[in-house]
Amino acid sequence: MERHDISELKEDAKLIRADIIRMVEASGSGHPGGSLSSADIMATLFFNEMRHDPKNPEWPDRDRFILSKGHCTPVLYATLARAGYIPKEEIYTFRKLKSRLQGHPGKEELPLLEASTGSLGQGLSVSVGMALAAKLDKRPISVYCLMGDGEQQEGMVWEAAMSASHFKLDNLCAIVDVNKMQLSGTTEQVMNIEPLAKKYKAFGWRVIRVNGHRIKSLLWAFRFFKWCRGWNKPVVILADTIKGKGVGFMEGRVEWHGQAPNKQEALLALKDILGDTGG
Amino acid sequence: MKKVLARKKGKKGKSRRSTNSMASLQSRKGPTKQRKKPRLALVSDMSLNESLFSEPEMNSTRQGLGDALVALGDLNKNLVVLTADLATSTNVSAFAKTHPERFYNVGIAEQNMLGIAAGMAFSGKVPFATTFGVFATGRAWDQLRTTICYAKANVKVAATHCGVTVGEDGATHQSLSDLAVTRSIPHLTILSPCDYNQTKKAVFAAAEIKGPVYLRLGRTKTPLVTTSETPFKIGGAQVLCEGGDAAIIATGEMVYEALMAAQRLALRRIKATVINIHTIKPIDEDAIKKAALTGLIITAEDHHIKGGLGSAVAEVLADWPGKKKPLQVMVGVEDVFGTSGPAEELMKSFHITSEDIYNAVLKEKRG
Repeated sequence: MERHDISELKEDAKLIRADIIRMVEASGSGHPGGSLSSADIMATLFFNEMRHDPKNPEWPDRDRFILSKGHCTPVLYATLARAGYIPKEEIYTFRKLKSRLQGHPGKEELPLLEASTGSLGQGLSVSVGMALAAKLDKRPISVYCLMGDGEQQEGMVWEAAMSASHFKLDNLCAIVDVNKMQLSGTTEQVMNIEPLAKKYKAFGWRVIRVNGHRIKSLLWAFRFFKWCRGWNKPVVILADTIKGKGVGFMEGRVEWHGQAPNKQEALLALKDILGDTGG
Repeated sequence: MKKVLARKKGKKGKSRRSTNSMASLQSRKGPTKQRKKPRLALVSDMSLNESLFSEPEMNSTRQGLGDALVALGDLNKNLVVLTADLATSTNVSAFAKTHPERFYNVGIAEQNMLGIAAGMAFSGKVPFATTFGVFATGRAWDQLRTTICYAKANVKVAATHCGVTVGEDGATHQSLSDLAVTRSIPHLTILSPCDYNQTKKAVFAAAEIKGPVYLRLGRTKTPLVTTSETPFKIGGAQVLCEGGDAAIIATGEMVYEALMAAQRLALRRIKATVINIHTIKPIDEDAIKKAALTGLIITAEDHHIKGGLGSAVAEVLADWPGKKKPLQVMVGVEDVFGTSGPAEELMKSFHITSEDIYNAVLKEKRG
């Protein structure tokens, strides 16, 4: 896929955000908060960083992307639609009966997904498996795994983190969307996960912490990952974000973790995202 | 809809006649006298072990796994083997020596192992993830369900140390619920071979089909029932001997016990069919329904009665259309945890020997 520049990536993220709102409003349920916080990361990944071909989703040398925070399907489907993997209108079937767009990613329904996720904490292990297979086959691919910060509370994440550095997987890049919130409150209140950077460092990873809404910083972080190739260590990007980013009344509000806006709220949200002329 | 009259087996009285069970075979020291030729007519197509009723060779199903993987590793370049630091126990250390580049010890982390296996499968590999039954299906059940089975990942979970025959390690390591918790997962094929030879065939067959497979294996050496000539097809139950008075439906090492029970029953002019259910899922419904025409079904398993083979058979017979309801008696482990002890003593203690099967049939037939 052709690489988008910074201004194009900003536009991509904006349109992805708008589709998140449209999709969640249409289904009447879903997780807008963590989807909106990941939009800039997803845009940067799919429209600049990753090597992939929407016309050939089974290309063996494609980079792999695993959405470990599986509840954030809106941002995944919106990105896939924008990249041309699925028709744009299909996003309105999200969470509906017989839709390929399941509430959480289902590979059975949508085979172009790399894995079925949603039970938190498992995506990094799957990514480790893919990175190991790529090493075994000597394929020049990278594996990207997007996790939530609340997800870091799952013990399995650390089993996977330990194994990624043990197996020297410098072709693996984990991204943690650090929006500092989870279902019932802030991560600090519920179960403190910080200091994340120190934890990953202690587990043998190379750590970079950036502003997860600044495209330039994200690009730089991914360049750091590529630069670390050959150093035999996995890389984790701790992306500091704001839950609900882009929609004024959702930003930093924990109640929008897993709640859909109604029609009026959606219009307001779209106005925030697209500006007065949009809608 | 008629329900099958199912009843759990209670404790049975001691039989006067000694039995050629695995328990007595194991406790035997040195060669013993050749036994009388059985009246039991084995189905010749099955090419069963000729010394089955005399002095059968012994080997473990976990050894079958290890040997098959070494052979398969040469043939299938996509085969990878994973262990959660139990390579010597699950007998995959030979593979580690012959194919070190495709062998992964992920440490004591079964959940991570199944996740890694899924990722490898999504990348075209054929991973065999090996550990004990309790860990594969208990500790890592969600990984098996969601990450592997829901996505139809081509992962083969080979679990050894199933059943009370694990022996001295005791309850924590004796997998008695694995069939109950795996049978309810869609997309999963469940294999429970009866001996060393059949395990080798099951491993090859599992690698051949696309999709998740759970292989239920044991720890101890058990008598060889089958030979390398015995056919094996996933999903097809094997009728080992035929008789119209009762049908013993068994799985795993209990198949040998079932045959020994049938042999003794034959001496008392009770002719029993013995069926080897090496595929628990998808189960061979036709074979079970045919066996039910005898009117008496005994299921035999080294697993909890709740949720295992007996339950699977009862599910098949639940909507029995005929007038004569078949009676089902379940021989298996009651609703208790296992315990430490030698395998053969545990089989006796938990009432899962050929004697228990024999008594169960006799009780129904002679009252």
